[in-house]
Amino acid sequence: MTAASQSKQHTTSTDALTFTFDGRALVGRHGDTVASALLANGVFTIGRSFKYHRPRGFWSAGAEEPNGLFDIRHQGRHHPNARGTLVPLEAGMEVRSVNTSPSAAQDRLSLLDRLGRFLPAGFYYKTFLWPDWHLYEPRIRAMAGLGRLDPAFEPPGNSPQRSLHCDLLIIGAGPAGLAAAHAAATAGRRVLLVELQRQAGGSLLHRPARIEGLDGTDWVAATLNKLSDQGGELLTSTTAYGIYDHNLVCLWEQRQGRPDRLWRVRPREIVLATGASERPLVFENNDRPGILSADAGLHYLRRHGVRLGERVVIATNNDSVWPVATGLRDAGARVTIADSRAQASLPAPEGVELLTSAPVTSVQGRKRAEAVIVKGRSLAADLVLVSGGFTPNVHLYCQARGRLHYDEERLAFRPGQAVPGLQVVGAANGTFLLADALKEGHRSAGSKEDVPRAEAALEQFSIEAAWPDTKLAGRQWIDFQNDVTLKDVALAAQENFRSVEHLKRYTTLGMATDQGKTSNMNGLAAMAAVTGRTIPEVGTTTFRPPYVPVPFTVIAGRRRGELFSPVRRLVLENAHRQAGAAFREYGSWLRPAFYGVGTPEEAIHREARQARQSVGLFDGSPLGKIEVMGPQAAALLDFNSYNRLSTLKPGRIRYGFMLTESGVVYDDGVVLRVSEDHFIVSCSSGHVPGVVMRLEEWRQDRFDPSQVVVHNSTAQWSTLTATGPQARSLVAALDLGVDLGDDALPHMAFAQGRFRQWPVRVARVSFTGDRSYELSLPAAGALTLWQRMLVEGQKREATLLGSEALMILRAEKGYIVAGKDTDGYTMPMDLGLSGPREKRQDEYVGKRALFTPEATKPNRPALVGLEVEGSEPLPTGAHAIERSGTGQRSLGFVTSSYWSPMLGRPIALALVEAGRARLQQEIEIYHLGQQRRARVVAPCAFDPEGARLNA
Amino acid sequence: MQRFPCPFCGLRDETEFHYGGEAGNDRPEPAAEVSDQGWAEYLHIETNPKGRSREIWVHMTCGEFFLLERDTVTHEVFASESLRRAAP
Repeated sequence: MTAASQSKQHTTSTDALTFTFDGRALVGRHGDTVASALLANGVFTIGRSFKYHRPRGFWSAGAEEPNGLFDIRHQGRHHPNARGTLVPLEAGMEVRSVNTSPSAAQDRLSLLDRLGRFLPAGFYYKTFLWPDWHLYEPRIRAMAGLGRLDPAFEPPGNSPQRSLHCDLLIIGAGPAGLAAAHAAATAGRRVLLVELQRQAGGSLLHRPARIEGLDGTDWVAATLNKLSDQGGELLTSTTAYGIYDHNLVCLWEQRQGRPDRLWRVRPREIVLATGASERPLVFENNDRPGILSADAGLHYLRRHGVRLGERVVIATNNDSVWPVATGLRDAGARVTIADSRAQASLPAPEGVELLTSAPVTSVQGRKRAEAVIVKGRSLAADLVLVSGGFTPNVHLYCQARGRLHYDEERLAFRPGQAVPGLQVVGAANGTFLLADALKEGHRSAGSKEDVPRAEAALEQFSIEAAWPDTKLAGRQWIDFQNDVTLKDVALAAQENFRSVEHLKRYTTLGMATDQGKTSNMNGLAAMAAVTGRTIPEVGTTTFRPPYVPVPFTVIAGRRRGELFSPVRRLVLENAHRQAGAAFREYGSWLRPAFYGVGTPEEAIHREARQARQSVGLFDGSPLGKIEVMGPQAAALLDFNSYNRLSTLKPGRIRYGFMLTESGVVYDDGVVLRVSEDHFIVSCSSGHVPGVVMRLEEWRQDRFDPSQVVVHNSTAQWSTLTATGPQARSLVAALDLGVDLGDDALPHMAFAQGRFRQWPVRVARVSFTGDRSYELSLPAAGALTLWQRMLVEGQKREATLLGSEALMILRAEKGYIVAGKDTDGYTMPMDLGLSGPREKRQDEYVGKRALFTPEATKPNRPALVGLEVEGSEPLPTGAHAIERSGTGQRSLGFVTSSYWSPMLGRPIALALVEAGRARLQQEIEIYHLGQQRRARVVAPCAFDPEGARLNA
Repeated sequence: MQRFPCPFCGLRDETEFHYGGEAGNDRPEPAAEVSDQGWAEYLHIETNPKGRSREIWVHMTCGEFFLLERDTVTHEVFASESLRRAAP
């Protein structure tokens, strides 16, 4: 059965699946992977290599596959770098090769390969240095690379995420894993067994064996049945891609027709039965299509019925290929084993030619192997199967802090010291023979029952080193996916990049999406040979998760789009929308930026002007409402704040700062004293969670927690503000049962009233400089009160006030926004508040820091206003500069800048070195090459006497 | 993902916790008697032990600060302890 006859069988089969490759219609069948379907159709050139655009074909049949990456679209899903060896074929799949143009078979950039000897490791970086690498980078990157993300792609559904606790998690359902799972489930433990292939069984599905008198595949089926009867769970097409702290294992479950699923598993114990990956041998043109891992050759033959060639040469340095040779012989192929060893440890199988001392030195053929060179002689071959030994898949063991040791006999890094709660069994432990692997798996579950008896076609395993030979001529590939050759490794050594980590970064060996699963061992062996060191002296690079590339959509789950970073929403959001609000995000809150029609600038200026002329209505609900209660409430707030609060009278309000222990202004805001032992901290909206935490920290650290509590009621209460000359008349019309006379309720005082069934706190606080009333009530009453305010507002030509207009109003007054008009160095004195620093004898947060040399230097920055000529506001962030000789230095920067509709000119706030000493002086302002002059003035530009507070 | 035992709520994922500093970094005061050096050490100097360490953490979901003993290398968690003083 040739590949061609195989494809004929596909078309006649009832379970045929049609798909396309590079636009060409092909037929596969149920049970195929993308890889087996392409091979069955005789497609050997499946893509072009990363750097040289050389034709490449499949190397393996598993997760280690370096070449078989595809762009796959199917049913609205798009996977730009799918590993064809692991993707089950589905009807209607559109499969495209990556890094080819227009197709894998005809690639325009294949001439790059002929320039190969001029393009060693580091070539691009060294050559395109002048004038700037970044000029060349986009075009060079476009020639290299893998699949392309489609920016418009939206996954059709969210990946679900599940958490699971179990007694034992077994990773890998080959013979060792199955034996472990069966033994553990029999002992009554809760078992989860995961397998990255679609079918459990591992090597038993293609390597001949008998276990407990059953054929290998029958034993797999029987064991799975028993496992399921005993309550064990099996997940196939599922890759354990990382072991994280405290035994968290993450699994990626690929599902057909549904979004993939992420599992977070916390097992009590873990058994790793992750198998081993076959290594290539390094000879000239060892990357040609039609050169595959020997085990993969048997895999495709026995699992998928695809015989990959008729004239087969098997290049090896070990015994594992004997069953491969007999399998292909039985399928009708002419087989030659080219063994690099002087003496093979097994006799030649009947009907198979065995050559000894016969390393393959070169392969001929371009898009498909045609012949191999052995002992200087050309040997026809349409398929070259290779086994350079096996590299245990120890990634997860190393992620769990395991340390490897080098086994000279098996030529492999194997798990060294034990990791608590984790066992490594089977080929992953370097145990390559079936009977031993079963025994290890069985014993790892702590079973006292007899070990399953096994007979395998392979009863012994011996191997002799055949590491890369740097004396050999021609281009020999080490890393297929990143196009790293043996010469590149030698060049790295020559340029003194000898550490394995340097080797990796300099040549990009092992840095591709396969993370060097098939190449790292040959790479470090080559480095060892070049530098005269042993392999363990060179050592391995660090193994980090993920084991295979995992799509971000799987890790993100439903945390994408709006749920990536959910906004907080106002109770009145719908009312604002009806009023034509444009929303923006402020802190984490979605708030009206401005209302109504026209350009944003027009709307904002109209609101700012009208609020000063009649009355503005503003939804200030995100403002902090943190209640501090108890006999030690006053003491806690005194310590927390820069300004003393214990001296505040009930019913009154005080403005002040909170500092960090470094003395830097953390937040500003007001505090209301409700009664002797009840305060409300009204900090700025964005700082609420932080203020709650610092109050909690000091409460628990310094006070008796039974004597003071902190309660955040910000979300439970809404705050609706009326500001402007008509504010008092509007609030009076609301009938809140509060005496609004200035004697009873002066600026910085509050009173308790009622609106229908809800209590309302009426506070005279102003962030605009105009007479203002903040009305706070339980959120349930907010809409009713807001509608009443709108009705009363209409009679008074009120405007709705968005956050942008409010920013102008407060800047006109020189009122700061903490974090905008302050930075990580601003101390209270810089903002003109020196009183508490000079007067307070008691301790408060940040006190000591206000007396350091830094805090007392005379040229500290100060908050000032800036006036400019013309109508163009200064750019926020522009620097005030001072020139001296040829140099210039920054004196500070503009923190807030707006056009003031009331003043009819630009206004700005700035932090300027020794700013108060520069009042009325002209300074130079610099921004992106533009220079302007500005005059330093007081921060307050509007109503400096404050008459409007009581107007 | 590490798991920490909150002394009030039990074992929880590390995303529910915030680090609060090394244990035993007492605040020097009164301010008038603290040197610049002493204050700078309180603010900025950590011992950063390699291995067993005593740290203050806060469980964000219940708001309680507590003492956590853990290994900064292996991430093994030894114990957690409430900082609540006994009621007088």
